[in-house]
Amino acid sequence: MQTEEMRLDGNAVAGSLLDVFAVDVTAALATCAGCGAERLVGALLEYGHGMGVVLRCPGCDAVMLRVVRAGGSVRVDASGVSLLAIPSD
Amino acid sequence: MARAAIPGRLDWRVATVVDVRTETPRARTLTLDVPDWSAHKAGQHVDVRLVAEDGYQAQRSYSIASAPEESSVALTIERIDAAEVSPYLCDVLRVGDGLEVRGPIGGYFVWDVMQAGPLFLVAGGSGIVPLMAMLRHHARASEPTRAEAPVKLLYSARSWDDVIYREELERLADSPYVDVTIALTRDAPADWRGHRRRIDRAMLEETGWPASRTPRIFVCGPTPLVESAASLLVALGHDPVHVRTERFGPTG
Ligand SMILES: Cc1cc2nc3c(=O)[nH]c(=O)nc-3n(C[C@H](O)[C@H](O)[C@H](O)COP(=O)(O)OP(=O)(O)OC[C@H]3O[C@@H](n4cnc5c(N)ncnc54)[C@H](O)[C@@H]3O)c2cc1C
Ligand SMILES: [Zn+2]
Repeated sequence: MQTEEMRLDGNAVAGSLLDVFAVDVTAALATCAGCGAERLVGALLEYGHGMGVVLRCPGCDAVMLRVVRAGGSVRVDASGVSLLAIPSD
Repeated sequence: MARAAIPGRLDWRVATVVDVRTETPRARTLTLDVPDWSAHKAGQHVDVRLVAEDGYQAQRSYSIASAPEESSVALTIERIDAAEVSPYLCDVLRVGDGLEVRGPIGGYFVWDVMQAGPLFLVAGGSGIVPLMAMLRHHARASEPTRAEAPVKLLYSARSWDDVIYREELERLADSPYVDVTIALTRDAPADWRGHRRRIDRAMLEETGWPASRTPRIFVCGPTPLVESAASLLVALGHDPVHVRTERFGPTG
């Protein structure tokens, strides 16, 4: 099966993202460190499948956010996000 | 481990199945009573977790079909043969059984009727589920509010028997503010006069709102269908920011 058929929206892993962030970030605006594109986190492309969460930029395909559970910790690599703007009231 | 170090985490809760309803030969609706449920938004989902006796876990997402105004949570699951989770939810679970869920989840694929303006919903197969929550939410609003948010639905299903919520959709379509188009891709009844093909550019143009009306658009279903419909909508002139997608994964 093609990996393209497996991919989901960032919105699909909103539950797992709550292991990392204190609030829902699917409506937050993320800027890609690679190409500068701004997308809502819910609109990023998700390729994780069991291993954890891998969110890629729909514009340039760079990995923006990686969340992996390993050895009793949750590991977050957000080096692909240069800015995250979370709406607040 | 220090649980407090991970804030915001959604707790898993054991929901109770309070009703089971057959929708089509391949899909059924489970109505759940979830303790301490906080009202959801139309379009959100829950995560479901199954744990085997040997500790093996399987987790999947299922959209919420019920309106935010309803107190119980309805999920509609389509059975995928020889798969891990959906056959259990479709064939094994009974009224009174427990099911581990967490939710409501997701702040991106959500819609509120107070966000007035035209709405275009595009579904493939079980992708109708979160869009049904939006239609049910719309149906519960006051007449003037509904009039401000007219809805068009394009729903692609394999056959007439595979159309989930068929009778309810027919009833909803009686409203002057709701327009329902069903497209059948494989088998159609002999007297079928509707569309008999996959969603294409002409169908989206004919059944949706023109881009000049700047509708909010929600597309949901198998990943290949969602990606094709979303790019056709952008090609028709819709602003990509207004085209929200919920990919369900492969078509099997
Ligand atoms: C946000 C979100 C919401 C969802 N909401 C719903 C919903 O409301 N109702 C619903 O029925 N499903 C929904 N799904 C899909 C659901 O999460 C599962 O992927 C689906 O039930 C298959 O799980 P499984 O364990 O039965 O199949 P698996 O054991 O994971 O897969 C078995 C086989 O089926 C194929 N397959 C996997 N997923 C699908 C699919 N979606 N359609 C066809 N074939 C598939 C696999 O490639 C594999 O070959 C949703 C998915 C997401 C991401
Ligand atoms: Zn990028």
